[in-house]
Amino acid sequence: MQQAPHSVYEQYALWSVRVTGTVQGVGFRPFIYKLAADHGLFGWVFNDPNGVFLQVQCDEARLRDFVSDVYSRRPVLSKIDEIVTNLISIHAEPIFNSFEIRESNASGEKLVTIPPDYAVCDDCARELKDPADRRYRYPFINCTNCGPRYSIINGIPYDRKYTSMACFPMCKECNDEYKNPLDRRYHAQPNACPVCGPSLSIFDRYGIAVATDDCVTYAVEALLQGKIVAIKSVGGFHFAVNAHDPEAVALLRQRKKRDSKPFALMVESVEKARQYATVEDREAEILESPERPIVLLRKRPDSLPEAIAPRNPNYGVMLPSAPLHNLFFMDPRLQVLVMTSGNISGYPIVFKNDQALEQLPEVADLILLNNRDIETRVDDSIIRCSSHPELEKGVITFIRRARGYAPYPVTAREALTSIVAYGAELKTTVALSEGKRIFVSQHIGDLKNPETFASHQRCADHLKQLYDITPEAVACDLHPAFTSTRSALELNRGSVYPVQHHHAHMASCMGEHGLTGSAIGIVFDGTGFGSDGTIWGGEFLVGDLISVHRAAHLRPFPLLGGDRAVKEPVRVALSLLHDAFDGIPANVRELPVLRELSDEVVAVYSRMHRNRINSPLTSSMGRLFDGISALLDLCSIVEYEAQAAIEMESLLERDHTMAEPFRYDLIQEEDRLVIDWRPMVREVVYVISEGIAAALISRRFHSTVVSLMVEVCGRLARQTAISQVVLSGGVFLNEFVLVNALTLLRSKGLTPYCNEFVPTNDGGVSLGQIMVANAQHKLKA
Amino acid sequence: MSITDRILNKSVVLDHGTGAKLSRELVELIVEVLGDVYIGEMEDSAVLQIKGGRIAVTTDSFVIDPLFFGNGDIGKVAVCGTVNDLAVVGATPLYMTLAMIIETGFPLSDLVKILTSIRQSAQEANIKIVAGDTKVVRQGEADRIFINTTGVGIFARESLKMRDVQTGDKIILSGPIGNHTIHLLSIREGLGFETRVLSDCAPLNGMIDTLFSDIEPFAIRSIRDVTRGGLGAVLHEYATALGKTMHVEKKNLPIQEETVMAADMLGVNPIHLANEGCLCLFVDPRHADSVLSCMKAHKYGRLAVVIGEVVEKTTARVQMMDSDNRLHHVEELEGAELPRLC
Repeated sequence: MQQAPHSVYEQYALWSVRVTGTVQGVGFRPFIYKLAADHGLFGWVFNDPNGVFLQVQCDEARLRDFVSDVYSRRPVLSKIDEIVTNLISIHAEPIFNSFEIRESNASGEKLVTIPPDYAVCDDCARELKDPADRRYRYPFINCTNCGPRYSIINGIPYDRKYTSMACFPMCKECNDEYKNPLDRRYHAQPNACPVCGPSLSIFDRYGIAVATDDCVTYAVEALLQGKIVAIKSVGGFHFAVNAHDPEAVALLRQRKKRDSKPFALMVESVEKARQYATVEDREAEILESPERPIVLLRKRPDSLPEAIAPRNPNYGVMLPSAPLHNLFFMDPRLQVLVMTSGNISGYPIVFKNDQALEQLPEVADLILLNNRDIETRVDDSIIRCSSHPELEKGVITFIRRARGYAPYPVTAREALTSIVAYGAELKTTVALSEGKRIFVSQHIGDLKNPETFASHQRCADHLKQLYDITPEAVACDLHPAFTSTRSALELNRGSVYPVQHHHAHMASCMGEHGLTGSAIGIVFDGTGFGSDGTIWGGEFLVGDLISVHRAAHLRPFPLLGGDRAVKEPVRVALSLLHDAFDGIPANVRELPVLRELSDEVVAVYSRMHRNRINSPLTSSMGRLFDGISALLDLCSIVEYEAQAAIEMESLLERDHTMAEPFRYDLIQEEDRLVIDWRPMVREVVYVISEGIAAALISRRFHSTVVSLMVEVCGRLARQTAISQVVLSGGVFLNEFVLVNALTLLRSKGLTPYCNEFVPTNDGGVSLGQIMVANAQHKLKA
Repeated sequence: MSITDRILNKSVVLDHGTGAKLSRELVELIVEVLGDVYIGEMEDSAVLQIKGGRIAVTTDSFVIDPLFFGNGDIGKVAVCGTVNDLAVVGATPLYMTLAMIIETGFPLSDLVKILTSIRQSAQEANIKIVAGDTKVVRQGEADRIFINTTGVGIFARESLKMRDVQTGDKIILSGPIGNHTIHLLSIREGLGFETRVLSDCAPLNGMIDTLFSDIEPFAIRSIRDVTRGGLGAVLHEYATALGKTMHVEKKNLPIQEETVMAADMLGVNPIHLANEGCLCLFVDPRHADSVLSCMKAHKYGRLAVVIGEVVEKTTARVQMMDSDNRLHHVEELEGAELPRLC
């Protein structure tokens, strides 16, 4: 709170109070109205594009009490960035005789934060189940404490006419609620009821509407009969099947053409979740939070068909995120649903009705639609909580950041240049900075698909329009062939800042934690275009937001067939073996993974390795994981990103005990340290031939990665006297590596940070691009 | 940005020669510096007005490793390349020149083999060699032998132009793609595919002649010789020039099974590989069937097939529908393909 020059005792002092943050569309004005009544204060409040603004008349002590209650009793969905009070004038007598809510003031800049979409609140959930309530079993029930926001908004200020509810005029009863400051639905923009609001409809695979007066019951019956139902949820469609029905799960795998990638589950409550997985307190809290992400929970063996999450120690579990989901679970026969993204493999999640009827019958038997349009596609968020005895609070990791969290901004320490960042290629997000805030979009997906690329463009435009921001500069990746890079360079004539991929990763973590100055960045991922034109991914960078020096990296190896080697880790294994043994000796040829290959294939790959035919060099840590996983014969061809590494990590069963590391060498080359992994590969081959269990080899390999990280980082810290260490890149989604790196780096007296606000994979790259481009832009200016 | 700024501290790199985006940028640089003395139209051959008549002129340089391959050599490639470039704009090839830069130590027996092959190919293509030149350089200054040609043709009909292509036109390929590169790469690197996958090198003016005499005028809008940069480069060139989208269906692409296998192993996409006897035609959809049956009757067009069509879309320039009905971008390569997957 801003201090007045001296305390103000006059009881009729007139104050202004400005509240910024997520304070619109979350019941903030009625809250202020009621709070003012509690405090016996008179004045007024309104929304403007900067947030909430109010005036009250009282002495300074009462104002302090009032403001402190604004903080402590704020509505559940609000997030307050700042409250600024100012003394306007001193009066001899009261100038108000009531407290009123005034009409929104639409002038000024559009700076308000758009609230994300939130799951049904307790009050609405109770009404939903109350046969006497006029919204009994109404799937679109909401109030100022819950319901859709970001997904239905198409303009600012947040008002019904700028949402997809615009075409549903409210009935008298709804309108009365909407206008009554004491009602939970006062200015609840998506307010609706069965009389005036959106409704459900259900279609079969042939696009024919099913005649039923109870779509939910019809869908539940179909699910119980083993059918696949496509459900329009908050930010897009889901495919649902009864998770207890192995045949239905198998059918979904077959129709979705997805053999291995785990499916998410939905249950009604944490208690239900405990039947299938263990749920710790922190996990329960996140499961029940209004954001309702998918949380990775340790599965109870054999509680559900293996095909739901094959070879994986976890289930991804979420609680209902739309009232419609709650309705499904009102039928006691339905205990748990598979709820996987409603998309055709390779395409983004479907969110429009016409698209759904066209595309989803390929997979679904029934399509449950509604006529409330989704304006912005938002996938489910995915979170993991990791614990370790030495990490007091544990670590929360975003594997995907979307519904419930996007587009809530990161707040920077100081104002940034207005920049739009285009992200990377797979798992892309877009970011936009304005003042101190950086808006990071929801997960968008793989830009090689033309539809995903179009939605990437729309998302950038949508954010610019919502916040009325005209960026001064554009940031993108350095990779010349990324679709996002190309469009950044083609569409923008002004200042374009191509940012090296791993520098962006490092900066994303620095940006989140408000770090300034120099840091050691340990950036381990699959692929990023390096400033020397080769592919990087096992990097130790030393520097700041403006520039970095590549201080250490993995010894580069050829990727046989480029991207093909990413899909077929067996190629990486062969490449590692060639380097480690200078050829393929007879005993190595006998490894199980190579026995599957014909002599011709081995000969061609060997030629490709020796003559470097379409085999670019990479120092990627992600690929090293792939190669070792393939050597262990766990995964020689992948179906989804990082599958080989994930399946190798799964063998650890989320037990983070370190084992004896394999040998590796550190070699000083010119101005940097090269980590030679060849001794490790030779040892791995030896222990495989000795018949050591894959789980132990996996643990020793993981421990080697941690050890080399700690040793190299320790050396760099001594050389540079920098103790600030940031960990970023997709490899840090590996829980064993993350948790042990944090613990061991700390024990060495270093201060490690990891990504907690944005995903550590390429989903965080757009934030890092903003940080780097901003620093470089300011340097230039 | 001025040219001086753009080329500051830059040199020519190998990727400038791959037929992909960097090659295009190199050509753009050349055209920009030449300014108004350059009046070419970027077709395979230039069409020139000479005293009331029109001629087609093309020029090309041939640099191949290996010089001799399973079913041809650099000499055959030189003649076919020249003839095909003339024929695809609608001209009848008549004359060509032959210039050779030869490295000291090159066996005369190899030179005679190449010249014999040039003679045979010229006979098949019905073209005469009217002038020539030889330069000999020291060892290391050239790789064995480089050949340069200039071809001249005349018109019995309207010349074809890229800009006549319309939305809805069918895209037809005369034969399998990718074989030439796979064959040569296999010999050069010892991969073992060379006996199963042969080069497609062939003079195609005969087939084009038949097409023009059998098919209604203007039904064939444009033809391109699919060479360096492959089908991908051709489609991107048309998409960029026309501002339209080239839609192709993967299941229709003619690719020999062994070529698919080899390309898979090598991690390359056949649509980016070079050919020496393959045409890409843009055809009025009403005449696509008659064009196809006409081509199929010819020995170099037996496997001709419709691979897609020209459409209007805002999202992509070149898009491919793959075998399980997924649509994806076909990118213009920057140079050689670089890994991007995470």
